[in-house]
Amino acid sequence: MAQNMTADAAHAHDEHHESPVVFGFWLYLMTDCIIFGTLFAVFAVLRDQFAGGPTGHEVFELSGVGIETAILLFSSITYGFGMIAAHENKVSTMRTWLGVTFLLGLGFLFMEIREFSHMIAEGNGPDRSAFLSAFFTLVGTHGLHVTCGLLWMAVLLFQTAGKTELNERMIGKLTCLSLFWHFLDIVWICVFTFVYLMSVI
Amino acid sequence: MLGKLTLSAIPYDVPILVGTFIGAAIAGLAVVGLITYYGKWGYLWREWLTSVDHKRIGVMYIVVALVALFRGFADAIMMRSQLALAYAGNPGYLPPHHYDQIFSAHGTIMIFFMAVAFMQGLMNIVVPLQIGARDVAFPFVNTLSFWMTTISFLLVNVSLFIGEFSQCGWLAYPPLSEQQFSPGVGVDYYIWAVQLSGVGTLLTGVNFFATIVKMRAPGMTYMRMPVFTWTIFCTTVLIMVAFPILTVAMGLLGLDRYLGMHFFTNDGGGNQMLYLSVIWGWGHPEVYILVLPAFGAFSEITQTFSRKPLFGYKTMVYATASIMVLSLVVWVHHFFTMGAGPNVNAFFGIMTMIIAVPTGVKIFNWLFTMYKGRIDFHATMYWVIGFMITFSIGGMTGVMLAIPASDFVLHNSLFVIAHFHNVIIGGVYFGYVAAMNFWFPKAFGFKLNEAWGKRAFWFWFVGFYVAFMPLYVLGFEGMTRRMNHYDNPEWHPWLLIAEVGAVLIACGIVCQLTQLYVSIRDRNLAENRDLTGDPWNARTLEWSTSSPPPFYNFAILPEVHELDAFAHDKEAGIDTRQAGGNYQPIHMPKNTACGFLIGAFSFVMGFGAIWYIWWLAAVGLIGVIATVIARSSDNDVDYYVPVSEVARIEQEHTHNLMAAQAAE
Amino acid sequence: MGDHISSSGESHGSVGSYLTGFVLAVILTVASFGLVMSHAMSPAGTGGAIALLAVVQIVVHLIYFLHMNGSSEQRWNVMAFVFTVLSVLVLVAGTMFIMHDTAINMMSR
Repeated sequence: MAQNMTADAAHAHDEHHESPVVFGFWLYLMTDCIIFGTLFAVFAVLRDQFAGGPTGHEVFELSGVGIETAILLFSSITYGFGMIAAHENKVSTMRTWLGVTFLLGLGFLFMEIREFSHMIAEGNGPDRSAFLSAFFTLVGTHGLHVTCGLLWMAVLLFQTAGKTELNERMIGKLTCLSLFWHFLDIVWICVFTFVYLMSVI
Repeated sequence: MLGKLTLSAIPYDVPILVGTFIGAAIAGLAVVGLITYYGKWGYLWREWLTSVDHKRIGVMYIVVALVALFRGFADAIMMRSQLALAYAGNPGYLPPHHYDQIFSAHGTIMIFFMAVAFMQGLMNIVVPLQIGARDVAFPFVNTLSFWMTTISFLLVNVSLFIGEFSQCGWLAYPPLSEQQFSPGVGVDYYIWAVQLSGVGTLLTGVNFFATIVKMRAPGMTYMRMPVFTWTIFCTTVLIMVAFPILTVAMGLLGLDRYLGMHFFTNDGGGNQMLYLSVIWGWGHPEVYILVLPAFGAFSEITQTFSRKPLFGYKTMVYATASIMVLSLVVWVHHFFTMGAGPNVNAFFGIMTMIIAVPTGVKIFNWLFTMYKGRIDFHATMYWVIGFMITFSIGGMTGVMLAIPASDFVLHNSLFVIAHFHNVIIGGVYFGYVAAMNFWFPKAFGFKLNEAWGKRAFWFWFVGFYVAFMPLYVLGFEGMTRRMNHYDNPEWHPWLLIAEVGAVLIACGIVCQLTQLYVSIRDRNLAENRDLTGDPWNARTLEWSTSSPPPFYNFAILPEVHELDAFAHDKEAGIDTRQAGGNYQPIHMPKNTACGFLIGAFSFVMGFGAIWYIWWLAAVGLIGVIATVIARSSDNDVDYYVPVSEVARIEQEHTHNLMAAQAAE
Repeated sequence: MGDHISSSGESHGSVGSYLTGFVLAVILTVASFGLVMSHAMSPAGTGGAIALLAVVQIVVHLIYFLHMNGSSEQRWNVMAFVFTVLSVLVLVAGTMFIMHDTAINMMSR
């Protein structure tokens, strides 16, 4: 007990150094932003290199992209509601919203895998032309990030199972994942605008 | 089951490699044997390999960097010897297949595992101490960064004895590096080593940027930050901007090779020139990532050994920041001859020349710092002065290369080799060695031997000029880089002179090793021991704590009222340590094996992917993910150092200080 | 540094702000898809318009979902973001400038 007291006192003393975790994670996201920026630059250079293969106009289905966009947008606010519950320390509400977000993310991934496998089955895989290499890599990198986000969400759901309140470290982790998830939505805005829509104009 | 790996991948028919293997095996067994004999495995594991203490991680980084220096230098002197011999029909002793691996490995190792590792080591040891912090923002990430760098270096060295290394130069330009022309595992070794070490460096960048922004001592505003910290601050920004680009470049090249994509291939609409643009988008900032910390170290050393504050602190900061920004918009000067038009080349040529302006400002600041100072010609100061001369020459040849028209003559010639060794040895390496001499007593509590330090300097300094000035001449005479043998009689004498230079540099390295040996042997002599923690009468906070510092760095966080806080306190008679003050329990991170484990699993994953042993790569990947999850579920990551222990350690240092004062 | 409002002053958003952001994002997304699918404008005009809509939507997401604002404890987050955006712009514009010029001079297209 006494040891706890001193620990708390020391903690109060350290207070002017707020936890840098969320800031550090934000910086990581900025580096991720550069990764996507470079991939977009590569796509911009190679977008006309069809090498006799199909153009974007021929292989992209806008209805599917629209549904994917809607799913991601919904998952953004469901995660947001989860964060509001987390800050009010309503653990089970938070977990419900996170579960909904997880399912939406899974749905997005399912749509994307279906689109990819459909294209590959028709012989329009990433090895067909430079345009398709750039397309699969850019969109696939976003999909890989979504997959990591889902794995992370599953881990957090597992770690908060049976908890009645959330400690500071857990709130920090939830906040980081929240930034990650919303950031992926922003990347997706650029993907559907500059990859899909621009290719079918 | 074993992918591409067969017994024929072991090069037991190449005598040089067999000899190297026997040498490395004997040295490795000797080290293992000694550790076992003295029973130090537990100590090594608990206190070093799993440590999250930034000072110990820094020391380990520099050990790795020195090993990389030996490996890289061995490659260098082999190349020089080959070119001294392989003339007029003599094929020399290295066949092209082997020679090409050597120059590729030399560049890769010297940049990624010597320079980058050394730089991270220095920032680890110095920055938290200099800003008055107890650790970095993310101690666990720090050990992870270290292990990613180390296992990548291990991967490069494994390629010596299992399979082969890349033969495509240190940046592996396509189409040569594509599957079609390099079907072996060499380029895959290169890609995985660079990719994994890049992860480590990127995390270091994030970690130290967050550390500097969030953890400075109370009162240390940005314009009160020491110059070295400023340069690291700008370096971390460049790391965060540049290394993701490298990740993409390596990733795309890997996708071309592994999945048959068409980013940089000749067919399928690929574009090799895009690779040049992307990789140099990383490559140019990288040069400044390496040299800015050296500039910071020179600033600290010059002001300390000139016994006066740095001339033009603010201009130094602004110059550093403008170099940081400008370095992002000059990358085309590495490929002026690619065929972009005069618009592109003129823009990037002019931007490149503009960088010379802030760099010139820095040179003048150092000169004016020395002007009318009471300069102490310490061995450390030799490297600084050697740097100023050498780097100025290198900078001027750089401006020559920045003119697109003259670059068309000099591109890919030995002139370019001479230029970048001129700035990297004269700027980066001299800077890091000076920094090592300067901060060594802080890390270990005793000084490095000065006589051997001066000998090392002279060999390096003279050796550098003898080895690289001929290369400028050879560049003008039209000799291209990466050449295996030649017939031009005019080149031969210059290459013989360059070989002599390489031997002189080898003597310099031997002197440095001797310096380390002599210093460790004589560490307990009174004149070498640093009891005060401030052996050079220096100006910044890292010298206000003991040498080596206690693991928590500062018992009471220092208060900063001015630039050069420690110098100010000494003048005003303030005790920066606040010895005997009101100690509080100190919150510290616990050591963890997770960084080591993630590194080990990454190594397994990389090795599996290189040899197409997919189950092994999967084991590595799953291991990495499982370790990360385990770490995130572990809530027992920190502890408090009780007041009694803090008071005991601090009293010991106070006692030492008084003893040192009495001796004076 | 100094000011201690950081732990409490950090904004987490409310149901209302999330819904506002959501509605704005839906409108902007539908506008983008609608412009392209309806062929209402010239190709160049459509391209410019959807690029603009994307930028606006990114700002909406930043404000309503990522809670970015001009407060002092977010100063470094915003600064890092602005610097990153500038770097990405330099990278994308520079790469396109270089590769376009190269393609013309080398007649690679």
